[in-house]
Amino acid sequence: MTDAGTLREDRPLDALEHPSAPDLLAKFDPLIAERQALLDTGVRDPFAIVMEKVLSPTEAIIGGKHTILLGTYNYMGMTFDPDVVAAGKRALDEFGAGTTGSRVLNGTYQGHRECEDALKDFYGMDHAIVFSTGYQANLGMISTLAGKGDYIILDADSHASIYDGCWLGNAEIVRFRHNSVEDLDKRLGRLPKEAGKLVVLEGVYSMLGDIAPLKEMVAVAKKHGAMILCDEAHGMGFFGAHGRGVFEEAGVEDDVDFVVGTFSKSVGTVGGFCVSNHPKFEVLRLVCRPYVFTASLPPSVVATAATSIRKLMHAGDKRERLWANSRRLHQGLRDLGFTLGTKSAESAIIAVILSDQTQAVGMWQALLELGLYVNMARPPATPAGTYLLRCSLCAEHRDEQVGQIIDMFAQAGRAVGCIA
Amino acid sequence: MTNRDDTFAKVTALIEPFNKKGIALTDAVRFAQDLEWDSLTVMDFVAAVEDEFDIIITMNMQAEIETIGQLVDAVEKLKA
Repeated sequence: MTDAGTLREDRPLDALEHPSAPDLLAKFDPLIAERQALLDTGVRDPFAIVMEKVLSPTEAIIGGKHTILLGTYNYMGMTFDPDVVAAGKRALDEFGAGTTGSRVLNGTYQGHRECEDALKDFYGMDHAIVFSTGYQANLGMISTLAGKGDYIILDADSHASIYDGCWLGNAEIVRFRHNSVEDLDKRLGRLPKEAGKLVVLEGVYSMLGDIAPLKEMVAVAKKHGAMILCDEAHGMGFFGAHGRGVFEEAGVEDDVDFVVGTFSKSVGTVGGFCVSNHPKFEVLRLVCRPYVFTASLPPSVVATAATSIRKLMHAGDKRERLWANSRRLHQGLRDLGFTLGTKSAESAIIAVILSDQTQAVGMWQALLELGLYVNMARPPATPAGTYLLRCSLCAEHRDEQVGQIIDMFAQAGRAVGCIA
Repeated sequence: MTNRDDTFAKVTALIEPFNKKGIALTDAVRFAQDLEWDSLTVMDFVAAVEDEFDIIITMNMQAEIETIGQLVDAVEKLKA
């Protein structure tokens, strides 16, 4: 056997395949066909955008074209903040490109500690633990907190990372109807009194941009003796007096046991975290698998995150601009006749609801050709099987950019026929 | 009518609004393949069954239930 692994030209390729071996990718054939049919109509692939250059938090070059970014979750525009960038460069020089290690072995540097200190100060809490991504923060916290025999009670519209955190653990999983306080109350009431319970909530739900009635939900969860984890991924930076999130604005800071968040939105880099006042919180560093069994964030990333978090403590101007931008865009799109995910601007996410995939992709492409990037979202990521274009505002969007955005929506909407 | 018959009748009554193809409902009918329900329909339906019988059908249990008969048996057990 000398030429093992090379194809002999006199042998047809098919003969090399074992006839009875099932192709594990065959289950995706319907999706491949659906996608191909869509691309065959001549539209660009909404899930394969490449940014050739990023000019600022609100502008990039896509396909050679100057494009306004309206789908980045870069709410506070911290990605190009000079202090943040300088801190990252300094850490890169002083600590190198990466840690090559787990947080519990060789992967905790001074910068990781400083980043956790910044979070403790930002949230006014006793403990903070930094994960490598926001996804892993939910995966780790949920799967570790709720064990065998415990119950996780989650909103039906929860983010994929919350669902995946449930699947990774051994707890019993119970869903309640999206944002329904009554449904949550009913379900908690049917669970065994003595069982451990973790209610998982989100401040802002990222598909429609609606916020949770946290005051009522937290009261109900406490009434039934549940612990509460609140994901503030889309609320950090601009809800509440200190920008801590919707839970702060709702006045339930003392009753939420765990707050999970991310660095990949308002903070402007990548990473995830959980903060808490629970006296036994630090033990999680030893038992939380998505924390232990992965490499820690690079020194430059934790340095940018720590600097950004500290600046966000005093970002009142940015908060005001972000809210002003969000309200103006919401009003502008409503005036044009678009159907939106919420009646008013509840967060910095504004979802434009469209009738089907063809209309959504048509609209998305028309906007891109005019020089505007938004996110396209489709089932199963979206609630109630809707197709939507999701816009997220940035504090750094200038007034004239918001005006341009509304004009582009008007043009594209009329061209595609979703508004009159 | 036994308790199981009664549960079967209540469950199938809850299925009817979502039985778009008008399939004859028996123990053997499968939710995904025969009724062609997507995950959202399942969510609404499970919530309706839970409220009807004042029970909780966890997602872990739901993963094991494929047919109407299995659901009726599960409801019987949870009510007990």
